[in-house]
Amino acid sequence: MADKPSAAELKDYAEQADAWFKENTVRDPGFMLPLTFMEVSTDQQFDFLQDWQRKVYEAGYLGASWPKEYGGGGMHSEFQRVATRAMKKHDAPIMLNAIGNGWAGPLILDLGTEEQKQKFIKPMLSAEDIWCQGFSEPENGSDLGNAQLKAVKDGDDYVLNGSKIWTSLGDRAKYMILLARTDFDAPNKYAGLSFFLNPMKIDGITTSRIKKLTGEYGFVQTFFTDARISADCLFGGEGNGWSMAMKTLEYERGAKVKPVGGFFVKELDVMEIVELAKNSVRNGKPLLDDPVMRDKMTQYMIDIQALNLNNTRRRMPQLMQDRPMGLPLMNKLARTELIRELTEFSLAFQGTKAGYYVGDENAVDDGYWHRSYLNSFSATIGGGTSEIQRNIVAEHALGLPKTR
Amino acid sequence: MDNLGTIGTTEEQIELMDVATNFCRDKSPVDKVRALIDDDLGYDPGIWREIGELGWLAIAIPEAHGGVGLSMAEVVPIAEQMGRNLMSNPFGSTTLAAQALLAGGSEAEQAEWLPKIAEGAAATLALREANGDWDLSNIDATGFESGGTVTLSGKKQLVLWANSAELIIVSIKIDGEVRFALVERSALSDNALRRETVIDETARSYEVTLDGVTVSADALFDESRTRETLEKIELAAGLIHAAEMTGGAQSVIDYTLEYLKTRKQFGKIIGSYQALKHPTVNNYVEYEKARTHLYSAAHSWGEQGRGEVAVRMAAAQSHSSYSTAADRAIQFHGGFGFTHDCDAQLHRRKAILSGALIGDAAYQRSKLANLLFD
Repeated sequence: MADKPSAAELKDYAEQADAWFKENTVRDPGFMLPLTFMEVSTDQQFDFLQDWQRKVYEAGYLGASWPKEYGGGGMHSEFQRVATRAMKKHDAPIMLNAIGNGWAGPLILDLGTEEQKQKFIKPMLSAEDIWCQGFSEPENGSDLGNAQLKAVKDGDDYVLNGSKIWTSLGDRAKYMILLARTDFDAPNKYAGLSFFLNPMKIDGITTSRIKKLTGEYGFVQTFFTDARISADCLFGGEGNGWSMAMKTLEYERGAKVKPVGGFFVKELDVMEIVELAKNSVRNGKPLLDDPVMRDKMTQYMIDIQALNLNNTRRRMPQLMQDRPMGLPLMNKLARTELIRELTEFSLAFQGTKAGYYVGDENAVDDGYWHRSYLNSFSATIGGGTSEIQRNIVAEHALGLPKTR
Repeated sequence: MDNLGTIGTTEEQIELMDVATNFCRDKSPVDKVRALIDDDLGYDPGIWREIGELGWLAIAIPEAHGGVGLSMAEVVPIAEQMGRNLMSNPFGSTTLAAQALLAGGSEAEQAEWLPKIAEGAAATLALREANGDWDLSNIDATGFESGGTVTLSGKKQLVLWANSAELIIVSIKIDGEVRFALVERSALSDNALRRETVIDETARSYEVTLDGVTVSADALFDESRTRETLEKIELAAGLIHAAEMTGGAQSVIDYTLEYLKTRKQFGKIIGSYQALKHPTVNNYVEYEKARTHLYSAAHSWGEQGRGEVAVRMAAAQSHSSYSTAADRAIQFHGGFGFTHDCDAQLHRRKAILSGALIGDAAYQRSKLANLLFD
């Protein structure tokens, strides 16, 4: 591991990063940019973001703290933090390859073979190889452990049959991290699962785009029909699929593998909602003169500030003594539900204009708020619904018994 | 919005948190809390003496006046743990009186009273009146100044721990302007105090009749400092009550969880039902938000502008989360929840009194809105 940098080194680096993002960041390419990696809908958007990630990587501001021998920058993780801060400051577009860089990459760096690291890491950082995730199935959304996609060993291959759904970037991806069932007689549902680094561009794998409630695309359903993959694709050994899948979640906290940097989801700038409210009119007066709207907006400000400060408090053990897992486990629930409520609330500001949608010239901010509201459900449903999140908080932070 | 603060702690704060966590838990078990409900004084004088000896009343008093020289930030963990254990005593009112003295008292007034408070003398504030308004300057009690003597008249309500306080700081109007007068408890006849029945049975509150009470003109705060004194009192009260309510919210959630983990109905532990589980998680999330705001408010205390926003956010969030958590605690305890024996009502009542004293969540938000949007 590289030595901890001095304050002066970090300051120099921060200035370089700041200058680079100032010069290179394109915020308005002339079409609407996705706010998250789950919303990449058009070729134009995909090409732009793939190009952007490559540029950032080549400039050294992505994967700066991943090992040099596999394509990373080999630097101390503080440098990456500084670079990510510069990206945020300049409101840079998202990094595209979320599943690769956030999930598969750390897993491979942690537990993969030398050959896998050599093969996968660098093209994943440059966004040349896009990765997707195959966990959810049409019949098994919240109950991931019950995944039924079948992987049957046949000589040196596995033969795959079944279907995965909600695959972000599934039609663009070269690889999928795949949770499949290799043993239907295992003592419990988890023990029958195995984890694969699965190639997507092979015979027997097809994808079908899913039109979202927004009217846009971004997810696919992936169908496996006698798709044959090499047994080398198995990762972590047969029967260890569930623990591999759970491990990918641990890396988000960055404890074992240094975070790759950047962000895959653009945080909603809530101050824009305040601005929108301030610029809206009701009964001929500023909207925020209306006591009901004023009170609601204030409550949301309290919520926003709490969640922002929670991110700092999470790293303060002295304020986390009673239930150390409380804040980390509730974060997804609280944040995604707040964003859903806020974006819905933003429609209430718009009066008659709340009726317009993306594509109409009369729509406020080109329909950004409507689209954000409808898309907000991707986060309250995806990655474990809010209802499942409440079970997780109840069972793992508050010690309540499982729901059966 | 540059009036939003950050969060941080001091070493002293965390040390005090550890000490207060153990002290309040050990000295204030709930059977003792309940026994004190029927006690006239309302607290254990031995424990009050210990609190004085621990130096807790001296924390936010400058060293020059016999204090420890820290700030309200370090008072917060103590008030939090008191609230968590329903430990009721004049700690909060005394701390607020000291803050009022620091904001508005003359050098002589500070030199006389702050060392006494630092050593353990109880004190309180008499601010509220019959109009029920949370606006501290909307008052009718008056002082008539003549020949170096001020004659007071009017009634003050919700004067916490007046019976125990050696010093009562009273807000009055002199010539139409809000002023503060230092009234010694010994200068009041017993008839001047009427014990009020307040919803929180662990608290002691009095109506104080000022008619005919006289104080020396030296016992007034400087009129040029009225405004900052009002602001300081309002914020210090918001912070202390936010701390107590945050501790209380934690406690009532823990209390409810215990029940959800042990009570069985239809052959199942009731905590396994999502109808109870999910709202409990929601209440827990709101509590954690309150605690985050509380330590942000403690950290931002004293920062111009940011301090007020942070304190009001903490007060609003703690009042709403404490109220909701306690309300649901009653419901989730079923039939037992409807009884006086269930501790949920202690918390529900305490949250109502706290809101009444400092301004409830909606009031705090209305004040916040002015700071945030105007």
